[in-house]
Amino acid sequence: MPTLRIIAPAIALAALATGAAVAQGREQVQVAGSSTVLPYANIAAEYFGENFDFPTPIIQAGGSSAGLKLFCQGLGETTVDIANSSRPMRESERAVCIENGVTDIIEVRLGYDGIVFASQTDGPDFADFEAAQWYRAMAAELPRDGTLVPNPYTRWSEIDARLPDVPITAFIPGTKHGTREVFEEKVLLHGCEASSALEEIAAIMGGDEDAAEAACMAVRDDGRAVDIDGDYTETLARIEANPDAVGVFGLSFYENNTDKLRVATMGGVVPSTETIASGEYPVSRPLFFYVKGAHIGVIPGLKEFAAFFVHDQVAGPGGPLADYGLVPDPALSDMQARIETEESL
Amino acid sequence: MTDATQDATPRADGSILTADPRTARRNAAERRFRAYGLAAIVAALSMLFLLLVSILSQGLPAFTQTTVELEVALPAETLDPRGERDPDDIAQILTFGYVPLIEAAMERRVADLGVTIEGLEDPAALLSKSAPAQVRNHVLANPEVIGGTYVFRFLATSRVDQFLKNEVTLESAERDSRISVAQLRLAEALREAGALERGFNWGFVTGPDASDQRPEAAGLGVAILGSAYMMLIVLFLALPIGVAASIYLEEFAPQNRFTDVIEVNISNLAAVPSIVFGILGLAIFINFVGLPQSAPIVGGLVLTLMTLPTIIISTRAALKSVPPSIRTAALGVGASKMQTVFHHVLPLAGPGILTGTIIGLAQALGETAPLLLIGMVAFVGEYPDAPPEGFFDPASALPVQIYNWTQRADPAFAERASGAIIVLLVFLAIMNIAAVLLRRRFERRW
Repeated sequence: MPTLRIIAPAIALAALATGAAVAQGREQVQVAGSSTVLPYANIAAEYFGENFDFPTPIIQAGGSSAGLKLFCQGLGETTVDIANSSRPMRESERAVCIENGVTDIIEVRLGYDGIVFASQTDGPDFADFEAAQWYRAMAAELPRDGTLVPNPYTRWSEIDARLPDVPITAFIPGTKHGTREVFEEKVLLHGCEASSALEEIAAIMGGDEDAAEAACMAVRDDGRAVDIDGDYTETLARIEANPDAVGVFGLSFYENNTDKLRVATMGGVVPSTETIASGEYPVSRPLFFYVKGAHIGVIPGLKEFAAFFVHDQVAGPGGPLADYGLVPDPALSDMQARIETEESL
Repeated sequence: MTDATQDATPRADGSILTADPRTARRNAAERRFRAYGLAAIVAALSMLFLLLVSILSQGLPAFTQTTVELEVALPAETLDPRGERDPDDIAQILTFGYVPLIEAAMERRVADLGVTIEGLEDPAALLSKSAPAQVRNHVLANPEVIGGTYVFRFLATSRVDQFLKNEVTLESAERDSRISVAQLRLAEALREAGALERGFNWGFVTGPDASDQRPEAAGLGVAILGSAYMMLIVLFLALPIGVAASIYLEEFAPQNRFTDVIEVNISNLAAVPSIVFGILGLAIFINFVGLPQSAPIVGGLVLTLMTLPTIIISTRAALKSVPPSIRTAALGVGASKMQTVFHHVLPLAGPGILTGTIIGLAQALGETAPLLLIGMVAFVGEYPDAPPEGFFDPASALPVQIYNWTQRADPAFAERASGAIIVLLVFLAIMNIAAVLLRRRFERRW
């Protein structure tokens, strides 16, 4: 029956098409966003799935901006319920959200992430850094005798005799990473101020503070500062191939690779969850996740997962997230209350 | 005449047995060309060899896993305070409540071992973080074990596992914040006592993915299922559509400008970068049609679009290779055009179509880029249901699972990623070998 042979695939097609039409309500919580928050979200999702009857949430990576974009696409089952972010939501993003009907947004800070400077264990002894040293090593232009000159430093020892006598090579996060912003603001800008270069630049620029700050955060492009657009595993591979280089890592990544990396102090403070929580270690940033209020009660387990994510036993001191390298938020109970009352932005 | 023969200068070097310079040059050129060809093959093979050696040496250890046998006491007062063995009551104790039980069991095991290890702290750090969940699931499924003891086989943490695979050494442990030298000595002692051993790692092939904290528990099960679902969808959509399109174009369609345009576009489609299909999938299947994210159905539809041109091109080639005499003979004995195609041409073209389809599927199996955009690169901790509902459940896929693991911080995931590459290569090799065998077995030459 040749006709049957033609019709059979057509029926299969039609069956699939109707199947597509009757896809029922989503059961899993969908999360997307920052790759820095990703491991913590994975861990929380895993514990959530094994402890409750709700299915394990699905966690997508892709970066803070991409996650918030997905989040703000609108309401409904095909949009994500939670966006992870390694920075607060921008006003422009919020406007897009509201335009698309996402008005109830619960902002939750789950903790802090430290940014550390590490080099190969067998490499030269990078033991202590100051923000000002990093500024001098990384800046595109430095003020000298009343003008801006291209960064003349090629060796760390030229900046400070206490630093090793090796060429400057630093692997820093690329501009698409949220970490880059923290690096620029908390290290470069801070170092710029501390070395009083900010005032000099402002004087050169005729008192334009904003332009001076931008000049402080401009990174040299002569190959001594290398942007890493991939993740920390790429930075680690580059460090392993280059014993004289220094790389920028997240604290949790370093904590998982302490046998290969030696961490340097910043301003004399050793980075650890304790020193970051107390604020002694200067280079850190808050991590957030955003919950779509309109989906609470529609997607099963959404509120429960959000509450579990910041539960004391999960995100608190001694919990699995802190164990992985998250610096617990001292105000965790405020966040728990915020989810409980569904207090939106 | 004879004079002329005598006067004629003989061949440059006289004999045909010794080559003249021109012949020698030609022969040398040929020898050189052969050497280049051989060198090209040796270069290609050595690169393949290097690739395989690096993947196998890194990935094969992923197929074994260290486990620890441990007897855990399950006291009723902590696990079921009300003593009614009500499943809801027992479920109230979360995995965090089981951690002290495992820690106590491990302390006792160390005491029983009768060896003193200097500076040993937190012996339970030898065990995977998945251990409390394993105990809890067992207790929930078998409430009668409460009040007694039970012997569990736990996964060892990735650092201990890597220690047995000589990736972690006592020297590296000195600097390692995740394991101490004393803990590794304890692992050695447990191994001598027979409680710690390395065996085949079924969990790696069948288990779901695990979070960044538990590389030892991470498996490929969900990814293999997701890939299988997508291949099913591709097979059931791309094969009928592709074969129907090529039969029409090859046997029925008139040759005009319109069919020329179609042909050029099919060839173009085959060369479109795969990421473009991902963008299309996101815009149409997810945002417009409203299909779920991270679901094999969307992945399957996107990969169908990508495989379709491959199948159409190979099917048309297979149809073309059937000699016109078959068609004229069938038409001559009174068969209709359609009977000719379905009774005579299509069966003869079958092996070629099959080969093309399998190669198209193999290509789709290894594709990563379009899946990045439709949410398949995700942490998925649970298996999808059986099809057809399972097509709409979240799942991962083999290539994106590899991509996922290479980005994780723990070095044990690098080993897992290479192991997953081996699994993917095995599937690809099986498909390609099947294509070759089918072609050998059924191909007809005229």
